[in-house]
Amino acid sequence: MSRLRRVLGALPVYAGGAVVFGLVFVALFAPWIAPYPADQLNLVNDLAPPGGAHWLGTDENGADVLSALCYGARVAALVGLGTVSLCMAIGVTLGALSGYLGGLVDEVLMRIIDVLMAFPGILLAILLIAITREPSISSVILALSLTGWAGYARLVRGQVLSLRERPFVVAARSMGAPTFWIIRTHLIPNVLAPVIVQATFGIASAILAEAGLSFLGLGPEGVASWGALLDQGARYFLVSGHLALFPGLAILVTVLGINLLGDALRDRLDPHGDRG
Amino acid sequence: MRRRLLLLALPFVALAAWGLLVPEVASSAWGLCRKGAVAVALGLGLSALGARGLLPRFLARRLVSLVIVLIGASTLVFGALRLAPGDPVDAILGEQASAEARAELARALCLDRPLLAQYNDCFWDSVLDGSLGHTFDVTPRPVIELLAENFPSTAELAFAGMVVALCIAFPLGLISALRRGTWVDHGASVFALLGVAVPAFWLGPMLLLALTVAVDWLPSPARTDRPVLALILPAITLGTALAGKLTRMIRSSVLEVAQDEYVVAARAKGLSEKTILIKHVLRNALIPVVTVMGIQFGALLTGAIITEKVFARPGVGSLLLEAIQQRDYPVVQGTVLLIATTYVVVNLATDLVYVLIDPRVRLDA
Repeated sequence: MSRLRRVLGALPVYAGGAVVFGLVFVALFAPWIAPYPADQLNLVNDLAPPGGAHWLGTDENGADVLSALCYGARVAALVGLGTVSLCMAIGVTLGALSGYLGGLVDEVLMRIIDVLMAFPGILLAILLIAITREPSISSVILALSLTGWAGYARLVRGQVLSLRERPFVVAARSMGAPTFWIIRTHLIPNVLAPVIVQATFGIASAILAEAGLSFLGLGPEGVASWGALLDQGARYFLVSGHLALFPGLAILVTVLGINLLGDALRDRLDPHGDRG
Repeated sequence: MRRRLLLLALPFVALAAWGLLVPEVASSAWGLCRKGAVAVALGLGLSALGARGLLPRFLARRLVSLVIVLIGASTLVFGALRLAPGDPVDAILGEQASAEARAELARALCLDRPLLAQYNDCFWDSVLDGSLGHTFDVTPRPVIELLAENFPSTAELAFAGMVVALCIAFPLGLISALRRGTWVDHGASVFALLGVAVPAFWLGPMLLLALTVAVDWLPSPARTDRPVLALILPAITLGTALAGKLTRMIRSSVLEVAQDEYVVAARAKGLSEKTILIKHVLRNALIPVVTVMGIQFGALLTGAIITEKVFARPGVGSLLLEAIQQRDYPVVQGTVLLIATTYVVVNLATDLVYVLIDPRVRLDA
């Protein structure tokens, strides 16, 4: 009984891990996995229902939905990982500097972070993409990172403030160790656990945000992301519901899997963290 | 203190130098200095009121930071629109437009002037006179009029989304905490996970398909003759993500408080479980929930942009998207400013409510 319970309890972790692995795998090997080339149209066989030669049906141009989803996984993985890496790089560095140096640097950075956090969710990204002429995947990543790093910086700063006075840091400082060395070898490794947990959830929310932007018609141009597929599909949802159904399911399953993994990581790495 | 004064003086020195070096922006630099001085005086006055005890100190401090954040956020919106690559005049007229048309548009958009003049004379003056600039139409209208027309519908949607989220999350979170480890608890966890992961722009069309097309339970949200019924689907679409978050939050908050010593003491004293739950557990467990609700109101406002598109509802979000398509920058700028300001003010209000319901906070401030 207890063994069964243990297996059942670990199920979400395995499910989450499988989803993340699946996403990365499909993104890497999309051209080999997708049953049809990304740009193969077949106007005679448009809006075909799922089944037969096209497992998930075809869209209004007769393109295979499953293949489009495989290529869409690349956009999702790129935006998710790219945004989080950029946010982490900026946020961890500035947060550690701000917390460790204190004083004027801290004051200025905290005010900037206050301002960035005054923008809810993807609002600033909407603004930035709206004025970009031909948004690409990297402009979406940049737009999402512009406010995204602030959360990491605030998290790291709080942790560093409490670490700063701990004996091993004081000892290093009194030995005359350079500031950047202390930050790199003593502070950052010690604050990484909650950062990794937050980054996991960050990947999920970046994927959702990109899908939202694409749905609003503000996504990267020339690439079929899941959000853009959904936006197109929603126009035909009365005649062919599958066009909107499958991209939505892809987003749902991906975000769900990453969140499950994040929960598991939090239990393991950051047991006292916020469970909101 | 000296450091803060230094920080305050820096922008003024920079502005004065800018004005001296570039004579054509001298009047704008001077105008900005005056506005900045008013803002600083406002901040210092608020802190003085706080220090003398005429205003609760936490309130004074929050109001000062409200002023700073609003100025910073407005500046960011201004900067984002101006410093982005690409010429708005090209974007609006196309590259073949005549030189006169381009010059006229640049003048109307205030793009023919130096950056500092744009910032002071066009941006801040239009914000402070309350018009937020004028639309780019044949008959220009103050942006604030458009916002006033569209905001009630969005606020209504966001509020309805909040109500839906609470109606789902409160009972679900509470029951799953009280019946921990049962199938109700597991079901609630699954709902919470799904709620957070499901994209609103997918849930909306699917609900529409299921509830109004497949079975005729609800009228189409496009119908205007029954506004309350038409609000149901958009509100569910918008509120589901928040419901998922709040369910987890309420569950863990109730579980945490239930282990506190005062609850054990209340039980040892022989109080009934009902009294313990209502008077001791819920009162304390709901404190963090209020904060999350306040912070999430901003998410609801941005979520409303997507929900309004899904259901073709009028509102600030539809206004923003339309303005983006027509490259009507003053409207885009005004809408983003309005949403950000609402968000900041709601967060401030949340902090105040927090102090009212949790007297312990005031002592720390």
